[in-house]
Amino acid sequence: MSTAPVKASLQTGLNLLVFAVLGTIVLTFTFNLTRDRIIKSVEDEKLKLIMQIVPPALFDNDIIKDTLIIPASKQLGTDRPATAYRARLQGKPSVVVLETVAPDGYSGKIEMIVAIREDAALAGVRVVRHKETPGLGDYIEFAKNRWISLFDGASHARYKEEGDWKVRKDGGQFDYMAGATITPRAVVKAVHKTLHYYEENRDQLFAAAKPLSQQESKQ
Amino acid sequence: MKTQQFKEILHNGVWKQNAGVVQLLGLCPLLAVSNSVVNGISLGLATAFVMAMSGAAIAPIRSYVPNEIRIPVFILIIAVLVTVVQYAMNAYMYGLYVVLGIFIPLIVTNCIVLARVEAFASKNPVLPSTLDGLAMGLGLAAVLGVLGGMREIIGRGTLLSGIDLALGDAAKNWVIHVIPDYQGFLLAILPPGAFIGLGLLIAGKNWLKLREEHKARGNSANVAPVEGGCAVSHGN
Repeated sequence: MSTAPVKASLQTGLNLLVFAVLGTIVLTFTFNLTRDRIIKSVEDEKLKLIMQIVPPALFDNDIIKDTLIIPASKQLGTDRPATAYRARLQGKPSVVVLETVAPDGYSGKIEMIVAIREDAALAGVRVVRHKETPGLGDYIEFAKNRWISLFDGASHARYKEEGDWKVRKDGGQFDYMAGATITPRAVVKAVHKTLHYYEENRDQLFAAAKPLSQQESKQ
Repeated sequence: MKTQQFKEILHNGVWKQNAGVVQLLGLCPLLAVSNSVVNGISLGLATAFVMAMSGAAIAPIRSYVPNEIRIPVFILIIAVLVTVVQYAMNAYMYGLYVVLGIFIPLIVTNCIVLARVEAFASKNPVLPSTLDGLAMGLGLAAVLGVLGGMREIIGRGTLLSGIDLALGDAAKNWVIHVIPDYQGFLLAILPPGAFIGLGLLIAGKNWLKLREEHKARGNSANVAPVEGGCAVSHGN
């Protein structure tokens, strides 16, 4: 067997390697250049959403800094630790913003933030990320439709029955739009579970800025 | 580079060999994101940028790349450029980045990019290659923009919706409500609208070409069948 083919493949391999290394250098450079900016963009976007659902009159603290890490919870649909943002007025708890996930959207998870007032009424809900069908299921986005405002002010005091927390098609109190029922069904269910979570963990959620321990969250 | 060549490359890319309506390459993003003008043009410009840069990057190294591994090397370079664009959009145009989502990384698999690199940049000097990539990309962006405009007007009755995602909050008032109080026509927004719209655009382009030929022959000869009317897409 001659060594020519071996040499040729080694040379081609080396050539490919050089390009791979060059490419990696360019990418590393760009990544480092844009990293801080990307983190800031994501935070800004989140803050913007939080500001939409937490009334400015209800807090005077720095919401983004007053956080609590909540371990992954079945009730919130989260499979990794999530952040809770606490709004306080003159030191007194007023609103908590919980990150929650509806696992059963039409095409996968729907990530949301849910703001709950201290008296267990919803201040508002916003969808952070979803993959629902454009033009059909995406009316859960505030930018596309006001549907999500149905949750503003909703509470167990207003909708007393468990069955009320469903879309109208299933006998509940929440409207939906023809063409997409699975999406709002998932959203309503997740919001309701989040409200339950809040009612069960209210005191811990507003407690000092220490992580919620595993035991407390398991209940 | 002579002016003549310059003009020819430009004309070829934007009109005669248009990626969207003549070569029918890169249909996947074309059909998926052309549901509004802003989405269409944004992805079109991102693609044009990647194409110009990949032309500029590949032309100077074309003699150093062994023939057997040229495709992997080209893909590698294109992927790096696309990722750079993705990072940049993620950092500076976050809203748009979220809207275009998966279609930004998918520029890598858009076969028009590799097709131009393989057909042109691997055989030509830097300047013409860059221009060729840019012209082809702009041609695609134009089709995406027109198709996006058609679908947006018919589907939602607006134009330029979402412009604030690309240019910041200041542009929020630029949205034009072409048809006030429009209820929307879902078909145009969903994928079928893209196919129907693209079909109409191709038909329009062919009609123009046919008329041109007709004129050139002094209106005497019979109308010839449209050349390339049965072109087959070579990929996505």
